[in-house]
Amino acid sequence: MGRHRHEKAYLTAHDAGLTGCRQCGKVWPKDSTQCGRCGAHLQPVSTASLQRVWACWWAGLFCYIPANAYPMLRTNMLGSESNSTIMGGVIDLVGHHNYGIALIVFVASICIPIAKFIAVAYLALVVGKDKRAGGHPHLVIYEIVEFVGRWSMVDVFVVAILSALVQLGAIASIHPGPAAAAFALSVAFTMISAQSFDPRLIWRGPKVSSPPHD
Amino acid sequence: MNTTLDPAAYLACPHCDTLHHSKHLAATERARCARCDTLLIAPRARSFIHVIALSFTAMILMAGAIFFPFLKIDAQGFSNASSVFQAAMAFSDGLLLPLSIGVLAMIVGLPAVRFAALIYVLWPLTHGRPAYRHARTVFRLTEEMQPWAMAEIFIIGTAVALVKVAGLAHVSLGPAFWAFCALIIVTALKNSYMSSWTIWDAIATKKPI
Repeated sequence: MGRHRHEKAYLTAHDAGLTGCRQCGKVWPKDSTQCGRCGAHLQPVSTASLQRVWACWWAGLFCYIPANAYPMLRTNMLGSESNSTIMGGVIDLVGHHNYGIALIVFVASICIPIAKFIAVAYLALVVGKDKRAGGHPHLVIYEIVEFVGRWSMVDVFVVAILSALVQLGAIASIHPGPAAAAFALSVAFTMISAQSFDPRLIWRGPKVSSPPHD
Repeated sequence: MNTTLDPAAYLACPHCDTLHHSKHLAATERARCARCDTLLIAPRARSFIHVIALSFTAMILMAGAIFFPFLKIDAQGFSNASSVFQAAMAFSDGLLLPLSIGVLAMIVGLPAVRFAALIYVLWPLTHGRPAYRHARTVFRLTEEMQPWAMAEIFIIGTAVALVKVAGLAHVSLGPAFWAFCALIIVTALKNSYMSSWTIWDAIATKKPI
């Protein structure tokens, strides 16, 4: 059917001169500013919303630098103290032949955050242009970013559990490092950045006119 | 441009803005967006009662998860036990204190508040009574909190931490760990019974104006 090349024309609330509530889906006249059903602020479909996406994107990126530069964990084993950064932790795990866990930590704390930065930036750069309408691939990217984003927080929880649990006096103790806070902030900012992205922009393109769908 | 459309007769997909005729579905029907396949309406028979029951269950499990021992570690005569609360408080010394508060909110606070808020919103609706005061605001905040409630991510974090410690010491799992696992399953079940559109519709239509 050539689904991607010849997208069927769909009438959007925006094209019909109406505003849809992103929270509950209720439709209101164009100039309404607040949803009368759920009370959410009604946002017009506009590239102006991308400003907030970019602001949080940069904030997240700046937090991601100290998150990698400073130690995540301070481990004290039989009197000798060692600091490990995120990457250092992965290298340690590989050194101890824990390849599976090394891969999980590497993907969750390094690959996913970087992929998320790239994906959000890509979406913010390509959408909202009048030239092109419809983009199932873009929607897929958006949904993956929204779904996966919160899972990066797993690293912060690992640090919390290890620090609370491994307190064995002289034998071994683990304390959190400053990178944990930077990493948590970075994840939070990228989550807000992805949430601020208005997926309705993905579909904005040449005006269409067809009856609403059932 | 067509300006004769009556807004009340339609719903717009929150993901792609496509207009659909809104209608009340039978209990087993589901409505998906014609363009982007987002689930729009999914009423299930007696689903409000299910959500309330599962939210109560989740709150009881949460209480257990907070107060029972979570993990215990033994190595060469030394031992240490940690509760979920202590895990969140791991960052509490010095500059990392705000992170402790954030972690506590994400794994315990927000999930618990969400369950309580859902019961508050749905309880009168199941009895055919108008929604309680501020139900609108409460439910909207509940929806906005959803991505920040990370109980299930905490359990995955526990699994990773256990593997990291496994070589170093002997770890035993406490009742709170199992309570937390059950909590995750109950939450997932609850989410599958929830349809935001149906709840919004019920709040709006049963409200005396």
